[in-house]
Amino acid sequence: MAQLSYREAVAAAIAQEMRRDPNVLFLGEDVAVAGGVFKATVGLLEEFGPLRVRDTPISEQAILGAAMGAAMTGLKPIAEIMFSDFFAVCWDTVVNEIAKARYMSNGQHECPLVIRSANGGGARFGAQHSQSIENWAMAVPGIKVVAPSNAADVKGLLAASIQDPDPVLFFEQKSMYGTKCAVPEGDYVIPLGQANISREGSDVTVVALAAMVPKALKAAKILQEKHGVSCEVIDPRCLVPLDTKSILESVSKTGRLVTVEENPRLCGWGAEIASIVGEECFWNLDSPITRITTPHIPLASVDVLEDLMIPSVDRIVSVVSEMD
Amino acid sequence: MGTKVTKSKAKTGSAGKYPLNETKQLELYQKMAECRALQQRAHDLFMQNLVKGTTHLGLGQEAIAAGFGAAMREDDYTFNTYRGHNHNYVRGVSMTAILGELMGRDIGQLRGKGGSMHITDTTKGAMGSYAIIGAHMPIAAGAAWSAQYRGTEQAAVCFFGDGTTNIGTFHEALNFAAVWKLPVVYVCENNQYMEYTAIGDVTAVPNPAADRAASYGLPSILVDGNDAEVMYETAMAALEKARSGGGPTLIEAVTYRHYGHSRADPGKYRPDEEVAEWKNNRDPVPNYRNKLLAAGMDESKLAAIDANTEEMVDKATEEAKSSGPPPDEIAFTDVWADGGAAWRN
Ligand SMILES: Cc1ncc(C[n+]2csc(CCOP(=O)(O)OP(=O)(O)O)c2C)c(N)n1
Ligand SMILES: [Mg+2]
Repeated sequence: MAQLSYREAVAAAIAQEMRRDPNVLFLGEDVAVAGGVFKATVGLLEEFGPLRVRDTPISEQAILGAAMGAAMTGLKPIAEIMFSDFFAVCWDTVVNEIAKARYMSNGQHECPLVIRSANGGGARFGAQHSQSIENWAMAVPGIKVVAPSNAADVKGLLAASIQDPDPVLFFEQKSMYGTKCAVPEGDYVIPLGQANISREGSDVTVVALAAMVPKALKAAKILQEKHGVSCEVIDPRCLVPLDTKSILESVSKTGRLVTVEENPRLCGWGAEIASIVGEECFWNLDSPITRITTPHIPLASVDVLEDLMIPSVDRIVSVVSEMD
Repeated sequence: MGTKVTKSKAKTGSAGKYPLNETKQLELYQKMAECRALQQRAHDLFMQNLVKGTTHLGLGQEAIAAGFGAAMREDDYTFNTYRGHNHNYVRGVSMTAILGELMGRDIGQLRGKGGSMHITDTTKGAMGSYAIIGAHMPIAAGAAWSAQYRGTEQAAVCFFGDGTTNIGTFHEALNFAAVWKLPVVYVCENNQYMEYTAIGDVTAVPNPAADRAASYGLPSILVDGNDAEVMYETAMAALEKARSGGGPTLIEAVTYRHYGHSRADPGKYRPDEEVAEWKNNRDPVPNYRNKLLAAGMDESKLAAIDANTEEMVDKATEEAKSSGPPPDEIAFTDVWADGGAAWRN
């Protein structure tokens, strides 16, 4: 297996799917000639040409609308929204158009498209370029939501998202673009809706997503070594569809649940998981469910404040070690 | 702030490049007459409390849909707004399916899951009715992009209102379509009002679409939207341009809606003389009938269309009325491609 960075895995997955299916097209701002502002799509224009890999004007609604129109008429477009914060200027297209097309047309419309976007903090970009918006997406029926935590998952899940017949919002955590791991060569697809048990353990289930996964894993190591606490770390990888089975099984075994979320507190995805576990697994709980989140505030730019707000390894260690 | 009756600049009369034979003229008349009867029936059913939710009638605006309907290829795409019964009907969606949808019956085009504002029939290229102002303009560009990529010489036609020229998607879509030279035809039905506000009161230029065309490197096209033949010729020229790789066209068709914005809106914000002028002197359906008669058309042919239209709309009304509400279980179908609504295992 080759060591690939998270950003190289993006290009590898798109290339894999564009080779397989001539109906897969890619559009976005600065994605073709420049290879993306995060350099995650370098080489695609050269391999697939200007008819399949296209630079667009700064028109987020046109980008997503065009992707939708193409998806409704037989193509499989991948659109890039440069920063996930910019979904706020094209949210209508996602929520009112793409998400509802199939249902509202009584099943006539198909909308097989992927919208990729750089999501989350850690890059010191300030409040308009650092948000984690996966919980906005999760709140809308009709779109699938994927957020990988490592390069191998980027490749497998992005390929699956492109193949999926439903619209998928694919959140790439922007502070992770440089992180590397072993990524399977050749065609590689990970089915959507399957959580990954990133570390097995017996005392507490820690559910973490995207950039919170490596932090949870580091915390788990410290908790084992310094506190004798055995953490099972679960990475749901997809919020919709959600692999509740893996989470419920784990909590049934450990009796404790902690969620680690980068999104601001209110209505974060962890609240939904806490509610499901509370309703369906209550009698197996030995301790109150605990959520670790970014506080309910916009993110500051400066490193010391951003680091204070986004859940850290230390915060996870201290919360988990103090659980009953 | 008075409202203005735009007519002086609008082009009327046949340009002659796309001659209409008698069959085509009768087709135009028939399409308009059927749209008119369908819309009038929708209004009457609404007044009888048989229409659930809201309806937005295109009564008075039939010539635009009819002109395009007669000019389009079967595999072309149309995108329209909530005021879209005419556009769907001319593509081939049945009266029963439309009236059934309005009445919330199982026989409705979308079995009640869409309603009056969302009539869609992808098998007819009727790619949906959109109720967020301007949202469908980039989507139409996307369908045109798809046709361009697939090399099918299909065109996409996107209908929208004058009020829509002031929202961002109008400008994003036109620039995008122009830069990519997409086979899409944007048709602004300037009925001179948004919901209740006269378009002139809120727009920086007198002709909301035509005056903006230059911004996208497109010619300014302002036509009489109440003349079916003008609309047909305008449509033919734009579709030909689209199919031959010439890129998008923006058309402003001046028209008027006979009723209020939606369901029970009496439209009192419009001066009585203005409404009377458009209803009595500029109504596209009787005007076209009279024009054809004056040009020597055999009256019995038009009368046959009229009679058949009445019969059709009565039959469709009965069919729709005899259908019950949809079954509960369809509330949970077709969220996803697998047909279901599951979001977890
Ligand atoms: C984004 C958005 N803003 C406002 C509305 C409410 N609204 C519905 S129809 C309408 C008027 C639209 O006017 P126009 O584009 O001229 O179309 P017409 O109704 O005259 O056909 C408005 C403001 C909406 N549906 N979507
Ligand atoms: Mg209007």
